[in-house]
Amino acid sequence: MRLPSGCFTVDGSCKVVASTLPHTFSPETVRKLAHAAVSTFQAAREAQVVLTEIQIQYPALKVTARELRGGAMIFLAPQTVG
Amino acid sequence: MAERPKILLLDDEQNVLEIYPELLARLPSKPEVRTADSGARALAMLESEPFSLLLCDLNMPHMDGLQVLAIVRRKFPQLRTAMLTAITDEQFRARAYGMGLDLYLEKPTTGPGIKSFLDCVESLLDQCAKGGFRGMQSKGLVDIIQMECLCRSSSVIKISNGAQEARVWFQDGEIIDAAAPDLAGEAAFQRILAWKTGNFEILPPEPARKRAIFGSYESLLLGAAQVLDEAGGTGAGTGGNEPGAGAATPAKSPFRHPGVEFGLAVGKDRKAPIKAWGVEDPPVLAEWARATLERFRALGEELHVGPITHVQGCGLRHHIMISPRGEDTVCAGFRSTLSADQVRATMTRILTQWDS
Repeated sequence: MRLPSGCFTVDGSCKVVASTLPHTFSPETVRKLAHAAVSTFQAAREAQVVLTEIQIQYPALKVTARELRGGAMIFLAPQTVG
Repeated sequence: MAERPKILLLDDEQNVLEIYPELLARLPSKPEVRTADSGARALAMLESEPFSLLLCDLNMPHMDGLQVLAIVRRKFPQLRTAMLTAITDEQFRARAYGMGLDLYLEKPTTGPGIKSFLDCVESLLDQCAKGGFRGMQSKGLVDIIQMECLCRSSSVIKISNGAQEARVWFQDGEIIDAAAPDLAGEAAFQRILAWKTGNFEILPPEPARKRAIFGSYESLLLGAAQVLDEAGGTGAGTGGNEPGAGAATPAKSPFRHPGVEFGLAVGKDRKAPIKAWGVEDPPVLAEWARATLERFRALGEELHVGPITHVQGCGLRHHIMISPRGEDTVCAGFRSTLSADQVRATMTRILTQWDS
């Protein structure tokens, strides 16, 4: 699966409200990314750690999620070697 | 005819800036409402014209409500201030009142809530019209220290407790040194906080004072409070107690770096002991850090993007970084003034020290 570069916005129930990702990118993957980000923000609030943005770094991908009134705006940036 | 009061409404959310002036127009005093969408813009407006009341959001980018409040209380002491926020955290409320805020208001979401909000604002405007003084009520030493730090002050606080005298040095809102009878540095700071009563004076700063304390004021206050709890609050001073999981640890803790406010490490097993420094509730934070790392580790495996390197979070009060270290999860909290690069660099140093 090729990782696209782009962003999408989800509401508090992880429903996509806007997206620049190609239609070929799996909606299920989008849903999992959204759920992971939104859950992290919610759990952080419950742990008294209020976060407005998180960045998750992998060797091949950087995911940035910005909290947006219960939902999130999520940016995907494939990483290249070098 | 009495002059209409003027309210400055500061919020970074456009819908708030559209809706609240309409709400405030219902007030009996018919105030004139001006709006600003950033702390910098609000301060510029306050410089150029007089206002009766600043109604300010707490959670804003670049300059948050507490920073605006700190500046406003210094530069415009006559201005009444109210925080209007959706954040219900009692710690923020206490900090804001400790900084001289007049009212901490939660953003109303119901009809009765709106009425209550308007009553509070009208009452505040009424106080503006009547004039008068307001000042600090009796404050604890912790409140005074927090205020100096939040206002990013450079000063020396001289504290006297009977015949004993002590000092705490501040530089740009950071506690850099302390001295008490026969003690210096953090030990002196903990001794001072054990005093139940006393007097204080704020003296001019001493820029040449050499830095001997490196922790954040929050971790210092938390560490001192925990030591006091373990000593039974006798105020007998420090030393001789086993630190708990959340207490400040000796200098060899890998989390003791400038800008680091707290840290913990926890194993994969939920029953594994938590190694914590400066953390108020280690089990809660440990569980969140472990679950977060595991959540994104699993996601990374599904996406085939390699093992997770780290999770970095930006917050109003702290920045957070979570990194895996073998089977362990290492989580550190940083001062929110640090840049992302500084956070990563400091975390690298922590992990290097961890490995050694």
